[in-house]
Amino acid sequence: MSQEHRDRSDRTGEASDPPHRQTRWYTGGQYVPLLSEKRSKTVSVESSLPNDLTRDELTLPALAEPEVARHYTRLSQMNFGIESGSIPLGSCTMKYNPTFTEDVAAHPGNRVHPLRADADKQGILHLLYDLQETLATVGGMDAVTLQPPAGAAGEFTGIQVAKAYHDANGDGHRSEVIVPESAHGTNFASASMAGYDVVELPSNENGRVEVDALEAAVTDDTALLMLTNPNTLGLFERSIEAIADIVHDAGGLLYYDGANLNSLLGKARPGDMGFDIMHFNLHKTFATPHGGGGPGQGPIGVGADLAPFLPTPQVRETDDGYETYAPEHSIGRVHEFVGNWLVLVKAYAYILRHGDEGLENVSETAVLNANYLASRIEYEVPYGPFHHEFVASADADAGDVAKSMLDHGVHPPTTKWPEIVDEALMTEPTETESKRRLDDLAAAFNAVAEMDADDLTETPRTTAARRIDQASAARNPRLSWHALDGE
Amino acid sequence: MLDAVGVSDPDALFDIPDSVRFDGDYGIDAHSERETRAAVEGILDESADLTEFLGGGHYDHYVPSVVDHLSLRSEFLTSYTQYQPEITQGFLQALFEFQSLVVELTGLGVANCSMYDRATALGEAALLADRVRQSSGETVLVPDDLPDRVRSVLDNYTDGPGIGVDTYPTSEGTVDVDALADRVDDAVSLIYAATPNARGVLEPHLDAVGDLADDHDALFCVGSDAVALSVLEPPESYGADIVVGDAGVLGLPTTYGMGLGLFACREDFLRQVPGRLVGTSEDDAGNRAYTLTLQTREQHIRRERATSNICTNQAWLALRAAIHAAWLGPDGLVDLAEECVTGVREACDRIDALDGFTAPVYDGHHFREALIDTDEPASAVVERCREAGVAVRTVDDGGTERLAVCVTDTNREAVDALIDALAAEREVSAV
Repeated sequence: MSQEHRDRSDRTGEASDPPHRQTRWYTGGQYVPLLSEKRSKTVSVESSLPNDLTRDELTLPALAEPEVARHYTRLSQMNFGIESGSIPLGSCTMKYNPTFTEDVAAHPGNRVHPLRADADKQGILHLLYDLQETLATVGGMDAVTLQPPAGAAGEFTGIQVAKAYHDANGDGHRSEVIVPESAHGTNFASASMAGYDVVELPSNENGRVEVDALEAAVTDDTALLMLTNPNTLGLFERSIEAIADIVHDAGGLLYYDGANLNSLLGKARPGDMGFDIMHFNLHKTFATPHGGGGPGQGPIGVGADLAPFLPTPQVRETDDGYETYAPEHSIGRVHEFVGNWLVLVKAYAYILRHGDEGLENVSETAVLNANYLASRIEYEVPYGPFHHEFVASADADAGDVAKSMLDHGVHPPTTKWPEIVDEALMTEPTETESKRRLDDLAAAFNAVAEMDADDLTETPRTTAARRIDQASAARNPRLSWHALDGE
Repeated sequence: MLDAVGVSDPDALFDIPDSVRFDGDYGIDAHSERETRAAVEGILDESADLTEFLGGGHYDHYVPSVVDHLSLRSEFLTSYTQYQPEITQGFLQALFEFQSLVVELTGLGVANCSMYDRATALGEAALLADRVRQSSGETVLVPDDLPDRVRSVLDNYTDGPGIGVDTYPTSEGTVDVDALADRVDDAVSLIYAATPNARGVLEPHLDAVGDLADDHDALFCVGSDAVALSVLEPPESYGADIVVGDAGVLGLPTTYGMGLGLFACREDFLRQVPGRLVGTSEDDAGNRAYTLTLQTREQHIRRERATSNICTNQAWLALRAAIHAAWLGPDGLVDLAEECVTGVREACDRIDALDGFTAPVYDGHHFREALIDTDEPASAVVERCREAGVAVRTVDDGGTERLAVCVTDTNREAVDALIDALAAEREVSAV
């Protein structure tokens, strides 16, 4: 494994890039027109179908390829990706995406239809099998399904599996899922979608699960406790074994939210901590590009007792190769096929590239980078010891701080969450940022920390758009170009 | 850096009790980039080299080169969700244009940025119906030809709130409107019908289905896709309240079932919509600007009372679909859709002319796909095609095993090979 994105040395004297700047998209009231505003065309629909089945006309943009290319190239220039600069969004794990994985995803062997017979898609099944077994090892789990198409879908799948397991054990009355107050919003929403009442668990003064409060919250109705570890403050739940015992003694199950698994590679496994179910965010831990909001992929791992309830199909190895099968008590499907195949391929390639040592190095460098960055910024970081992310407390409105950081050419951290920290700046630099980048990030934090609160509200000044009126967007929703006619 | 944080080894920064420390190995060897590519591509090459006529919910159309070249620009590909709209105007505008495309195709007032696939979009439609029509019952009606894969996803989505899912009959390959009229009652919250349906037939009487839904205060959800909707009557015009389906027929070639879930609905349901919405606003300089909006519906704000748990979605695929649609323009979209009509029609004519085949089984106009009757067991035909390098599939059509073929612009030129493979069977049978 080469060292291409590791920078532990204390080399100095390397020059920083100037701050990232997007072209201001307006001068004097101009903006990039919509395609429909550039050239729209209404065509009469001529079809060999009878008229009662067809539309009369279709109105859509009609531009030649050069203009289409220029339009989207211009839009890309008004967008900030990981190759534009650091994106230290806490919990989001925005690390550099190795470009070679796109080449692997473009290989013709990916162009396989899911309804082929097993014997005709051995390459696909081979990769699915290897990846599911690898993830089981990384998670300390007995079985893995790759099917859920995102982290939240993984949560929903895991909860459905837990429900089926409880039902099969005559425990169908269990109606509650316990979620710490600082958990990701998806935990609450997924539990609710699956029909559970959500019981919110307060944190203690150290930012961790309050074991006494958990004891009080756990009852005969408890189906599941959902935990992120390290939690959203970056803190390891040191009482995890006691927590697991409390939940298990009451007949409940323990669910691991894998959003922060990228800090534990080679160091600890959820299965060893007592978790029964977990999801992996492949797009976070294993560096597949986030694509402006997706696609991701959220496989789940489970212990042996829960394996018969996993979604169908699963893949197993036989003497002749690989085959699909339905687990005995499968909950069925959560996606029509296997979710986002290309994300699976890219994550698999990333894992193979790194190997054991490289993966452990990912977590070590991520944790070191977070600690280094925190040591360089002037804002208080109230909770520790943290791992791959930390939550600083701004002494001004965190949202304003974020907008001001934009003027320094960096993407700001996640703001105002978790709420346990006042004016939270939840920061996760990831392992792919060099010391120089971390120093530049710290400089951006610190420059903003010196600003007056009034000046903060005037920012950003140098971005493609100035600060955007969110309230007006919600009050007067205009969600398509049809709603803009006349504007 | 180690000095700055006061440790000599990064491992000292891990605050993990010894009792749960992992001291084993994963057993994964590291590889150079070249080795990794060779290894993964070697695995992928283990699949058979077949010409596919499959379909069944995952369709292949030619994706122009410009879609890759533009969407793979790292500013798009490697960006995050647009929580800082001032530096993500480009992606937001692209998503706004995608929403606009879906609004134009469906005729409905609101379209979101994406769902995972057509099956999860249908699941979300059932949940939306349950939220907006709580007074009028909790049963979702789906046609009896709904693919099991889609039904299974729907069953999981409706399990939590206890929504029942029941089927209504089809006959002669399309919705049996009279039987549906007998089945529907005021306990029904949503009626679903797809066009093209699972047999590839364009449903001729969806206006009657819409009327039945209306009569019983149920929502009418239509399933379709972005190419078919380019020529079909906009579902809003015959009473659709929600349209779900696949928009990945644009921008996304065969990729082992990846999808781009399309979701549009009437404007009345705006605050009950699942998923991300992009709207326009103004910035401090008074210029038009785009932003994620109505986020109080979403999980990161509303938590257990959110309209859906969806967070990560299919945004990059929506970008690709928008680029593909822009490249085609309205003329190109209509032409592509028309090719989906004529391609399967011509293939069926040729297959029907072979001894021992009836194609298509059902009357009516087909789109991309059709079912075929065979004198021999369909599975035997599939196996013989496979030996000739052609992939077709069987479907269980109401208890009868039938052959299904799918013809689009990308395999139309290979229909000769399909015909040869089927005809070879006839020769074998004749011996």
